[in-house]
Amino acid sequence: MTDPVEHCVNDIFEMISFRIGEQEFCVDIMAVREIRGWAPATPLPQTPSYMRGVINLRGAVLPILDLAARLELPSSEPSARSVIIVIDAGGRLVGLLVDAVSDILSVSRDAIQPPPDIACDPVRNFIRGLMSVDGRMISQIAVERILPEVETLAA
Amino acid sequence: MDEMEAIKATFFQECEELLADLEVGLLAMQAGPADGETVNAVFRAVHSIKGGAGAFGFEGLVRFAHVFETLMDGLRSGKIEQSSDLVAALLRAADLLADLVEAARGGAEAEDDRTGAMAAELQVLIEGGESAGSMSAPAAGEAAGELDAPFSFQPLGASSPCEAEAPFTPLAVLPLDGPAGDAGPVAWSIAFRPRASLFHNGNEPALILRELERLGPATITLDASSVPPLASLDPEASWLSWEILLTASCEETEIREVFEFVDGDCDLSISRAGEDAPAEADTDAAFAALLASIQDPPAAAVDPDVAPPVMAPPVVAAPVSRPVVAKASTDPQVAAPQATIRVDPERIDRLIDLVGELVINQAMLAQRVMESGLSPSSAVSVGLDDLEQLTREIQESVMAIRAQPVKSVFQRMPRLVRETAAMTGKQVRLVTDGENTEVDKTVIERLAEPITHMIRNAIDHGLETPEARIAAGKNPEGMVRLAALHRGGRIVIEVADDGAGINRRKVLAIATDRDLVAADAQLSDEEIDNLIFLPGFSTATQVSDVSGRGVGMDVVRRSIQALGGRISIASRPGEGSTFTLSLPLTLAVLDGMVIDVAGHTMVAPLSAIVESLRPKPEDVRRLGPTGMVLAVRDTHVPLLDIGCVLGFRTEAPPASDRVVLLVEAEDGSRAALVADGIHGQRQVVIKSLEANYRQVPGIAAATILGDGRVALILDVDAVMTLRPPGASRAAESTLIAAE
Repeated sequence: MTDPVEHCVNDIFEMISFRIGEQEFCVDIMAVREIRGWAPATPLPQTPSYMRGVINLRGAVLPILDLAARLELPSSEPSARSVIIVIDAGGRLVGLLVDAVSDILSVSRDAIQPPPDIACDPVRNFIRGLMSVDGRMISQIAVERILPEVETLAA
Repeated sequence: MDEMEAIKATFFQECEELLADLEVGLLAMQAGPADGETVNAVFRAVHSIKGGAGAFGFEGLVRFAHVFETLMDGLRSGKIEQSSDLVAALLRAADLLADLVEAARGGAEAEDDRTGAMAAELQVLIEGGESAGSMSAPAAGEAAGELDAPFSFQPLGASSPCEAEAPFTPLAVLPLDGPAGDAGPVAWSIAFRPRASLFHNGNEPALILRELERLGPATITLDASSVPPLASLDPEASWLSWEILLTASCEETEIREVFEFVDGDCDLSISRAGEDAPAEADTDAAFAALLASIQDPPAAAVDPDVAPPVMAPPVVAAPVSRPVVAKASTDPQVAAPQATIRVDPERIDRLIDLVGELVINQAMLAQRVMESGLSPSSAVSVGLDDLEQLTREIQESVMAIRAQPVKSVFQRMPRLVRETAAMTGKQVRLVTDGENTEVDKTVIERLAEPITHMIRNAIDHGLETPEARIAAGKNPEGMVRLAALHRGGRIVIEVADDGAGINRRKVLAIATDRDLVAADAQLSDEEIDNLIFLPGFSTATQVSDVSGRGVGMDVVRRSIQALGGRISIASRPGEGSTFTLSLPLTLAVLDGMVIDVAGHTMVAPLSAIVESLRPKPEDVRRLGPTGMVLAVRDTHVPLLDIGCVLGFRTEAPPASDRVVLLVEAEDGSRAALVADGIHGQRQVVIKSLEANYRQVPGIAAATILGDGRVALILDVDAVMTLRPPGASRAAESTLIAAE
């Protein structure tokens, strides 16, 4: 693990922001291992619909999670422009399928607000905070919660 | 991990090995009066543990090990008679020592009543042995005195090398009329120069020198001439060396044994200082000259003629009538342990991963070349064939690195047997066989639990009480046999007992009682035996402390199956039961059949496939509303579409124009799995799905194919049980009826 002190100097977080449809999201850059283009995944039987299957990441089997489906947003078939963000979620690698990566943001801790309490499970479960950058609203994904077994544990 | 922690970790690792040696030695002693070498080995093991423990300041461990060591020393010198009671006490002491090591590893200093009681018991044995035993050994008086002296252990490295000088300057002046042995005493000239690694390993030269003195009178001279001034002294380095003139009627090997511990950690040269001294006057003179020269350390340090520190053959001043025997310190003949290296397992795992990648890459390359339409005789194709062969060889070699004998698991069992026997009040003898059978490390790690459980089960449920055994005309001591062997590319572990065998009536009654089988079911003996693997089954009417820990044989079976293994039981009333478990030799690769399922490429483990066939339309029959069976020769087996079972599709195309894999599950039941096509056999590298995701029903693992894509490996057993509930019952009864 990277030293948290070094990482949030003056409480500044670096985030990678990406798009799913119209909405913008971000994840802490420290959780991101790599970003790669879409490759056809091998589907897994009897798994939730947001699991796209698994791909070969240099010898490791990487599950691909369709973040749009996970957040219950309209999900479309991945195209050549789709992107997989490989993140480390509590020691496990998982690939997040998103539409496009947009930016690297520096956000101070104060700028992150808790998500407003709207009666919507995906938001409550998977959005850690909101931030406003150049007038755009960006939601921070709680990466440790998006894998399916964590959800069952919490339930 | 800092350096000290790393050394500590090594110490505990060594302790495990030493404790295993200790156990082996004690068991040999238990089997009958042991030879000196066995007793020595036990002594050395305890001694090494004590030494290391002292270096790390584990006082409680040191104290206990010291008493243990003293007792072993008494045995070794013949002061204490070996008896079965004594060995039994020693075995218990060894178990306790193991516990103390474990406690020390956990950071605790276990100094409980048990330790005190055991130490007291050993002390009684020591004293009893000494007053009764013969005082024949030359060092008897000294050793006895040592026992009374309060024991203290100085951590190594704490004392400065200069301090060490005092006790070792001539310890004894050589009496020329020393005790005469059968062969007559021989003067040995020994040069001993410890390397820094000797101290790092927690050895103490003083102990070695004292040990040496037991062989006979010795003149020990310290050479401290190379100690630098304090300012430039590297405290971690070794600066001292000793020259020893030993008069003893012993062989060179006996002297080497003293140094066995530190073999490789010191420069050692042993040579005869003269002929069969002190018989003749001229050798006497030579001897005196030699004595004089080595008692003058500065001269000895520069005089190449006298006992050179390393391994040049010594030249004795006086003429000798036959060639001087000199051997290099690295003499391979003298019980040199097989050269081994310790490697961090992570490095090997990394290597195995890389080789896995290499295999995949090679397959990919081969596929590309084939697709490009090059002729098989082209230079590229020929080169690629060589590459394939090399790759396979590398893979096998790398796998062999991880292969380990099952000994490490088997060695833990004698203790388990002792404890379980004590707990159940039964007399048990454990016989092990094939403990050098090698299997992949990953498999070994997961063998311990099922074996432990099976042995507990065999003692608790299998063996009868001594009274019952006598009543049945058997030896009151029951036998549990643990064996390992290779069979058909798998490792087979057998746990057999000579107990009463499975009480089938009782098993059936319990199973019926718990609704595990229908009350009117007609089951064969074998089927009844296999009931004990059902979840929720336990034959002990009261939950015993031993095997009734809420973990039944069903858990054992499941853990074995998760490894791709099988477990079975064979039982004969009155003669005992045998559990047999078979496991793949490695969990890293698998021989598989590459198949097409609903547009996806999958791999079926070859070990589960009995045969593959193209079914004739008339052999496929409907049974019930949705069930399908396939007639295979005279039997009917359920016909399952893999794509449907896994949920890839809901409607199965007709089976008759596709391929059927006749598979057999762990329990021997069969099914016909329908695939869309077969691509052939291939060895695939197993990749865990759980590492980054989780277990998927019907899927055992994943692999990466030549095209770089992930393919899923079927879990045949799970696929058979995943089948739609409506079809299963009917098909199963057909299966049973047909068989």
